[in-house]
Amino acid sequence: MASVQAETTAAEATAAPAPLLRVRGLKTVFRQEHGEVNAVNGVNFDVRPGETVAIVGESGSGKSITAMSILRLIPSPPGEIVDGEIEFAGRDLLSLSEEEIRLVRGNEIAMIFQEPMSSLNPVLTIGQQLAEPLIVHKRVQGKKAIRERCLELLRQVRIPDPERRLDCYPHEFSGGMRQRAMIAMGLACEPRLIIADEPTTALDVTVQAQILELLKELTRTRGTSMILITHDLGVVARYADRINVMYAGRIVERGTAQEIFNSPKHPYTIGLMESMPRLNQPAGTRLKPIPGQPPDLSKLPRGCAFSPRCRFATERCRQETPELTQLSAEHWKACWVDIDEAV
Amino acid sequence: MSQAIQPGGAPGVAAVPEAQPAPKQRGRFVKFMIRLVRERPLGAVGGLICVLLLLTGIFADVIAPEGYNAINPIDRLQPPSATYWFGTDQLGRDVFARIVHGARLSIIVAFAATTLSIVISALIGILSGYAGGRTDLTVQRFVDGWMCFPDLIILIVAVSVLGPGTWQVILVLGLLFGVAGSRIVRGAVLAAKENVYVHAARAIGASTPRILWYHILPNVIPPIIVLYTTRLAAVILAESGLSFLGLGIPPPAPSWGGMLSMDGRSYMFQAPWLAIIPGLALTVAVFGINMFGDALRDLLDPRMRGGGGRYVARVRKRAGGK
Amino acid sequence: MMFYFLRRLLALIPTLLIASVIAFCVVRLVPGDVLDLMLSQNAHSSGTIEDRAQLEKALGLDRPLYVQYFEWLGNVLRGDFGSSLWRNIPVLEEVATRLPVTLELGVLALLLALLIGVPTGIYSAIRQETLGDHIGRSFSILALAIPNFWLGTLVVILPAIWWGWSPPNQIQPFFEAPIANLQVFFVPALILGASLSAVIMRMTRTMMLEVLRQDYIRTAWAKGLKERVIVLRHGLRNALIPVVTLVGIMVPILFSGTVIIEQIFRLPGMGQLLLEAVVNRDYPVITGIFLITGLLVMLVNLLVDLCYGYLDPKVRYDS
Repeated sequence: MASVQAETTAAEATAAPAPLLRVRGLKTVFRQEHGEVNAVNGVNFDVRPGETVAIVGESGSGKSITAMSILRLIPSPPGEIVDGEIEFAGRDLLSLSEEEIRLVRGNEIAMIFQEPMSSLNPVLTIGQQLAEPLIVHKRVQGKKAIRERCLELLRQVRIPDPERRLDCYPHEFSGGMRQRAMIAMGLACEPRLIIADEPTTALDVTVQAQILELLKELTRTRGTSMILITHDLGVVARYADRINVMYAGRIVERGTAQEIFNSPKHPYTIGLMESMPRLNQPAGTRLKPIPGQPPDLSKLPRGCAFSPRCRFATERCRQETPELTQLSAEHWKACWVDIDEAV
Repeated sequence: MSQAIQPGGAPGVAAVPEAQPAPKQRGRFVKFMIRLVRERPLGAVGGLICVLLLLTGIFADVIAPEGYNAINPIDRLQPPSATYWFGTDQLGRDVFARIVHGARLSIIVAFAATTLSIVISALIGILSGYAGGRTDLTVQRFVDGWMCFPDLIILIVAVSVLGPGTWQVILVLGLLFGVAGSRIVRGAVLAAKENVYVHAARAIGASTPRILWYHILPNVIPPIIVLYTTRLAAVILAESGLSFLGLGIPPPAPSWGGMLSMDGRSYMFQAPWLAIIPGLALTVAVFGINMFGDALRDLLDPRMRGGGGRYVARVRKRAGGK
Repeated sequence: MMFYFLRRLLALIPTLLIASVIAFCVVRLVPGDVLDLMLSQNAHSSGTIEDRAQLEKALGLDRPLYVQYFEWLGNVLRGDFGSSLWRNIPVLEEVATRLPVTLELGVLALLLALLIGVPTGIYSAIRQETLGDHIGRSFSILALAIPNFWLGTLVVILPAIWWGWSPPNQIQPFFEAPIANLQVFFVPALILGASLSAVIMRMTRTMMLEVLRQDYIRTAWAKGLKERVIVLRHGLRNALIPVVTLVGIMVPILFSGTVIIEQIFRLPGMGQLLLEAVVNRDYPVITGIFLITGLLVMLVNLLVDLCYGYLDPKVRYDS
């Protein structure tokens, strides 16, 4: 695991602030009838206090599973975490007991999901669901105090008329309001880390911006770290400090938002950038999709998982899987090919 | 005795009409059997029981040549022994022979009534489901009304009108289960109707019989197969229940239910095997059919075995990793 | 909620009418049997053609079918279900004396079935694919295969042979002597409920599995709630809603079962009355029981629908 050590020493060398979350060598598999799917295949990354880290990738790249693995929210049967360390506040989350990880969930680390409609229980009121983390993690005692805190949370996420809304059921809310309610639930116990899994994908475009602005404001003012998971590069550009690009269960490039957008070094990242329609392109320009299909995660090819679709692929790429190598303070890539030379 | 509960209408499985040569069809059958044994061993056991039942019924005359009504008052109420494997009843008849011939009776009634019921279910379900609109509504109201009446009570009343007898029982069972099962067929038809290729076929002016045959029917066949197996078991239970009450197939016919009837009750106190064995035969037969049917449904309906509902990941680190 | 209730009530009416037509037709399709039976009962008359025609006229059986139907319907709506041919007592009265026994048997059986079926179904669902789940499912499949009349017969016969015990038979009114009353009903209700509990268990398990797969369950885990809270508060409340409708489906099955169980345990309920009436060709009684059970089932379905409407907030608070 040479690259893990390389990453660790490099991080210490640049004297970056001690990370809040350190993920090393995470591997999560799912056992299906036709084989074993390596959903997360050796992932390393850090999250520092107060920063927003994005994980970007297509569907099936493993970004959601990575996020859920942090809180061990993987259904077992079929799923299982088979390797890795997840260091948070001095403890390895993967070695905690069920009871211990339960106390972390919703409390020190909170998660917001993609589908606000189906992620809220239809037979309980918003107030009841909002109160649950407060009661379970004993943050507030007494019915009145709990109600007060819930109202305050609803106000923070800018839900109008919170007095009445507290006793409403999820189906009486609009999509945007439900997502705000979910954010409120996530913030209830003032976690140090929020994991937002595609928080805006299921929402209307106009609402998306509001939700993202809300998240940005809430995390910045409290110094809460956030892991933002999305496939939408536009979202990432505005709201993330650092970006991890994932493909086929591994991180293939990492860097600051600037670096990823202005000088991507991995062929996949370049492909993503090129395939994005931009407003400053002349009308009638053809979109450049990445050729080929994402790989079958139960039958990964030898070597680099992207090589079948890569126009720069060499023989080495097809034989050996590249590890993340450092290009500058924050910029890392997992690729044998030097793009600047190849082009 | 049950209006067999179906856990929701089965989703239509879009089946492309296969045009495969005969040898390949045989290969598929063998592969299916292997899958059955490996993935659903209990279902395979059920299948074995079904085969056993069929063979017993077909070769009843060979296995028990003396027939089901060989009265022999000398040997009445004998316990099971080497000569009389299942003992004898109050008229000295060999219980084993009666069970064997009862198997034949059961499968005849079961297949006849079930086939009739499936035909009725299909007719009502397809017509109602495909026609839609007013026709569908009216037919469904009728079915709703019908379903309000407990099945045994309908059977009892119908038999009281028609009188006891084999064909009456078959008719009445077929009708009862036919109407009840039409809901499921209708569900499958409604689902199939929504498929894009049906809209397309209609758009190019295909005639209704053609659409029904080529597009709707293939989607409806898998749930019908499943329905058939569950109905078989239900019919056997229903017929035996009726015969138990004395309203089914009249004696001396060797209906397993009839062998348990109240008329023979007093003898059962002296000869408990008379009470145990026919019921055991029924249980085994129904169990086998249900298990086989369940396994069939599981294999025909490829639904992903979703998460176990426990969102606590097992962490099991392997040395060396992959 | 009011609209829901009214809509349900309105939808019931065509069903009721159709049910009444079915009930009427089923029995009226008998050619001349009633007359022959009645005539043969009369010691002196041997059924000359005139006598027969007279009897037919007297009973109103010579008029066209639809006229008979409307007259019959009118009577029914006034509470007149006709009189038993056998005993010349109004059908409604006879049924009324028998109904409490059947009801108690049915209700007890349903309660027992729910008590057994729901918890085992939940357990099977949350421990899916474990040994407990497989055992539970195997038992339920077995329970579904065992005919209830066989089980009932065994329960009557075998303990008598082994221990000389037979189930108590004298029914005491419930409110005067509850223990004695329950002693009589317990074993029959248990047998009746046995196969029912298997169905309930399977249904509960399927519903729970479906519910536990939902996203809001994942959210509940992510909030750090305990498993028991998640299963009971989040899972069960959602899963039970369809199980409530299951009760509606169970009721016809219960009625069918009571006919057999009453016969085996010699309980004087409606089922026994029906069987007697069949033997005696007492058609008013048969029709009456047929119609009354249908009505009762529809009533229960209406209640179940109301419960469902109350439990599902989307219906209760239709904005």
